[in-house]
Amino acid sequence: MMTTAVITPEEIIKKGKIVFEKTKLMNDCTLSYCPGCGHGVAHRLVMEVVDEMGIEQDTIGVAPVGCSVLAYEFMNIDMQQAAHGRAPAVATGIKRVFPEKYVFTYQGDGDLAAIGTAETIHACNRGENIVIIFVNNGIYGMTGGQMAPTTLPGMKSSTSPYGRVVETMGYPLKITEMVATLPGVAYATRQAVHTAKLVTKTKKAIIKAFQNQKDKKGTSIIEIVSNCNSGWKMTPVESNKWLDENMLAYFPLGDIKK
Amino acid sequence: MEEVKLMKGNEAMAEAAIRSGVDAYFGYPITPQSEVIEYLMHEEPFKRTGMVVLQAESELAAINMVYGAAACGKKAMTSSSSPGISLKLEGISYMAGAELPCLIANVMRGGPGLGTIQPGQSDYFQAVKGGGHGDYNLIVLAPSTVQEMADFVNLGFDLAFKYRNPVMILSDGAIGQMMEKVTLPKQKERLSNEEIIKRYGSWATTGKPESRERNIITSLNLKSELQEIHNQHLQNKFKTAEKNEVRYEQIQCEDADYILVAYGTSARISQKVVQLGREKGLKLGLLRPITLWPFPKKIISELADHTKGFLSVEMSAGQMIEDVLLAVEGKAPVAHFGRMGGMIPSPSEVLDAVEKEINKILK
Ligand SMILES: Cc1ncc(C[n+]2csc(CCOP(=O)(O)OP(=O)(O)O)c2C)c(N)n1
Ligand code: SF4
Ligand SMILES: [Mg+2]
Repeated sequence: MMTTAVITPEEIIKKGKIVFEKTKLMNDCTLSYCPGCGHGVAHRLVMEVVDEMGIEQDTIGVAPVGCSVLAYEFMNIDMQQAAHGRAPAVATGIKRVFPEKYVFTYQGDGDLAAIGTAETIHACNRGENIVIIFVNNGIYGMTGGQMAPTTLPGMKSSTSPYGRVVETMGYPLKITEMVATLPGVAYATRQAVHTAKLVTKTKKAIIKAFQNQKDKKGTSIIEIVSNCNSGWKMTPVESNKWLDENMLAYFPLGDIKK
Repeated sequence: MEEVKLMKGNEAMAEAAIRSGVDAYFGYPITPQSEVIEYLMHEEPFKRTGMVVLQAESELAAINMVYGAAACGKKAMTSSSSPGISLKLEGISYMAGAELPCLIANVMRGGPGLGTIQPGQSDYFQAVKGGGHGDYNLIVLAPSTVQEMADFVNLGFDLAFKYRNPVMILSDGAIGQMMEKVTLPKQKERLSNEEIIKRYGSWATTGKPESRERNIITSLNLKSELQEIHNQHLQNKFKTAEKNEVRYEQIQCEDADYILVAYGTSARISQKVVQLGREKGLKLGLLRPITLWPFPKKIISELADHTKGFLSVEMSAGQMIEDVLLAVEGKAPVAHFGRMGGMIPSPSEVLDAVEKEINKILK
């Protein structure tokens, strides 16, 4: 008969063995996101970077309208909620009166690339020294899965129930490529968070973006291609597979401007 | 140092903004108020006081920049004219909901639509009755001189911060464009970040120190019960403002048989009408609301007890007349005289209208 050694809980969580802890700047509350959604991971990464850089006392975030409208409930820093699409203008107002603070926006694809296109392009064109976190899930998650500017050709949504017809509904907008052409943009990159490896890469990109802000380099935009399992009507696992095979084919990962 | 100058209304407002220690102006050009941003860009207050001046890509962006700056406890303002104010209303409603102080100037032109670039007063409803969505009020100041264009900047910010609510200067193209002598205020220093934290640190997003909970600026409440409590809080604030902030000017109302009610450019014309009428033996008076919201209801109601009638003179189809009617409570007849489309009435045509109304009453 085999005997098993008894390990006490104290031994398990002994210092040095800890490989992951709850993010300090994430509040102890229930996230409003569907299980399997990428928003939560993206939140965590932003807060980890702010914490690790030790800038939480000097960081002001702007939450958008979208599933992440309540980001201010989850992040333990000073935050403002902006009207739909207006986060880059709100961030401009903050940064101009507080140039020494760190300012970031956190926006969905409908928010950033449809209703807020003008605010996005012009903030980037002025080279506002801010960080834009852009979560592209190819759909309007919050309002129940309508077509977004980033919805793929042929992709079904509640307002393209037979699939996106590009002849009448236009093509998915690659706005990160668009703003990367602007001299005001210091850094434009496309990342994802549905595998551990990609999470690590995304975090590196966020660190670089905040470092750019510290060095007053101009606008940094990080697009995170993410899933919306609810809106896509898939299980989380299916949605990640679909993301890999379809979203990333249209929105390839990597730096667009460094 | 105070300084006396000959200036356009728009320029006087811009200079007063610098001197009132305003932290940021965000705007977008539109006639008849483009001089505000032109003057500021020419004066370069960023060198004088550190005040930020930025030309935004639209009025939508401008008001949201104001939102961002105001939420940091800074004195932020914008200005525009009618079509541009329509675009700002989204942001204005959000600011009222999020309880953010700011100053918005509307140098009105005639509408609707692109309308005319000539002076108008047809945005009264928009300014006074909400305009944007939701239950809210703006404190609305109506200057009738270049001096008031300057003075209302400081007053506007005082009220905005007192009530944590947007304040509007409702002017018109004539006041904005005309030149008059103006005494400019002494230069006030802009508040330091430390001073801002001391005064507004309980709510402003100035960066969260360990010593306090995070500050959140939002107009969102997903729970109806909480939203209603917030609504009630806002309404209480508006009630206090209604009690304390009514401002008006009475010109020869003491012995008047017939009273004109007018603001802005219409008030200037009406003042002349009072003089012309009195020369003809008509005992006319002028009640000039300085705050259009809160509206000077009480004084109008009191005047109605011993006045034969009222004429609301406006460069619109008749908007303020609704508030005059409510204030008069049926105690005397109330009529309206107005021109539209950017037309400014002449004193003699207003006097004709007054005489016609008086004759109707006498009949
Ligand atoms: C002016 C305005 N129009 C429409 C809406 C409704 N609305 C809320 S969220 C949203 C779409 C958000 O989609 P996205 O930005 O992609 O964020 P996601 O929920 O997918 O993360 C819309 C249309 C609104 N709140 N305000
Ligand atoms: S609706 Fe989509 S984007 Fe929103 S929380 Fe659910 S999965 Fe995430
Ligand atoms: Mg989306």
